[in-house]
Amino acid sequence: MKKLSLPLTKGKIKNLKIGDELLLSGIIYTARDKAHQHLVTLIKNHKKLPIDLKNQIIYYCGPTAKPKNKIIGSCGPTTSSRMDKFTPILLKKGLSGIIGKGNRSKEVVDAIKKYKAIYFLTYAGCGALLTRYIKKAKVLAFSGLGPEAILKLEVKDFPVIIGIDSLGKNIYKSLKVPAYRQAGKSLKV
Amino acid sequence: MKIISSKKIIDTISELCVEANTLLKKDILNILKDAYKKEKNLRSKNILKAIIDNANFAKKEKLAICQDTGMPVVFLQIGQDIKIDGDLKKAINKGIELGYKKGSLRNSIINDPILRKPPSKYTPCVIHFDVVKGNNLKITVLPKGFGCENKTQMEMFNPTTDIREIKKFIIDVIKNAGPDACPPFVVGIGIGGTQDYASFLAKKALLRPINKRNKLSHIARLEKELFSKINKLNIGPMGLGGKESTLAVNIETYPTHIAGLPVVVNISCHAMRAATKIL
Repeated sequence: MKKLSLPLTKGKIKNLKIGDELLLSGIIYTARDKAHQHLVTLIKNHKKLPIDLKNQIIYYCGPTAKPKNKIIGSCGPTTSSRMDKFTPILLKKGLSGIIGKGNRSKEVVDAIKKYKAIYFLTYAGCGALLTRYIKKAKVLAFSGLGPEAILKLEVKDFPVIIGIDSLGKNIYKSLKVPAYRQAGKSLKV
Repeated sequence: MKIISSKKIIDTISELCVEANTLLKKDILNILKDAYKKEKNLRSKNILKAIIDNANFAKKEKLAICQDTGMPVVFLQIGQDIKIDGDLKKAINKGIELGYKKGSLRNSIINDPILRKPPSKYTPCVIHFDVVKGNNLKITVLPKGFGCENKTQMEMFNPTTDIREIKKFIIDVIKNAGPDACPPFVVGIGIGGTQDYASFLAKKALLRPINKRNKLSHIARLEKELFSKINKLNIGPMGLGGKESTLAVNIETYPTHIAGLPVVVNISCHAMRAATKIL
């Protein structure tokens, strides 16, 4: 399987196509609903973000508590569509990749195409297995959010499937699977 | 009269929380293995393998099967001849708190649905009480993840509705859930009663052993028909296509009013977790 080292610069994205399976190594950041809300509020208020999003990857994940003698608890992907309204704003800020599960709204697909970003899927409901690919984990921001804090993760050979590529091609549209309902519209900043 | 102490209840609930979240039920694991054998789409087969590997790894490492360790839903069947010593609801929630802490499970419960301050404790859970004859206390913990819970839908049908419309509604709910709710699904359907009772039945339906069909023959037929239709939708594991979109369709029914026909569809992801103990 193809390996890809991070950060995810635009040059690396160009050659990635929907359906490709990859193993990612490097740094990724977790963020889900509340962290997204916080990040977008900071952007709206022209405040500094706790991470520079340029060429970075956000993983939609809120792990379980860290068991003793382990690096991290169970850490699979959460449903991406709940982040749809925030995603175009973060892509505009330079975010280059997202890891999650499920389909995205038309606004997100358009923004991925516009900013030449990429959307990865990873094994849904396999949070225990995915701990094997996490080498380091630490809380980076919004620690008060508990499981919704932003974590900095160092991953090695983290498995992903390309869901939406930088041309805006969507794996779910290519499959002749049922038309899924699209999530809410994006927020305007 | 049999007396059950609240200490016993706390300990039992605590154990059941850890068991349900780290040990995938045998019937679910077996049907996933069958699905893996049957699946022809190579990518979907690989995903099913990851799902099975995940269950084995979770068991070995005592890790949560899924990071969404759910909102715990507790079903209690209380024999009317027993006496419970102490505060039952407090004991249940104490058990949840201890179990979730002990198992390093996720604290996902926020205290106010509107204010939404970050989770500070693991409780309260949702409790369904039932009183039955006898002197047993049956406790089931079902940790319900919200990726799939969010796809629940209800429809109050007209009593003269054609059954085909009801089938179409159910299939549309599954289509809508698509890849978001972690297919292949266990589908729980409640039909009849009032709207709240149909919702309860839909949740309860998820608990039925996977290869057991409804005792009523016309309902069992409906389950089989929906099962086969859902598996033709090509949703597949992770929504990336394939034959395996559902693992089981379980319907529970109840008498209802001459003017109504409530139908609720509640979905469980492939990690249909639950654990039961009888005291």
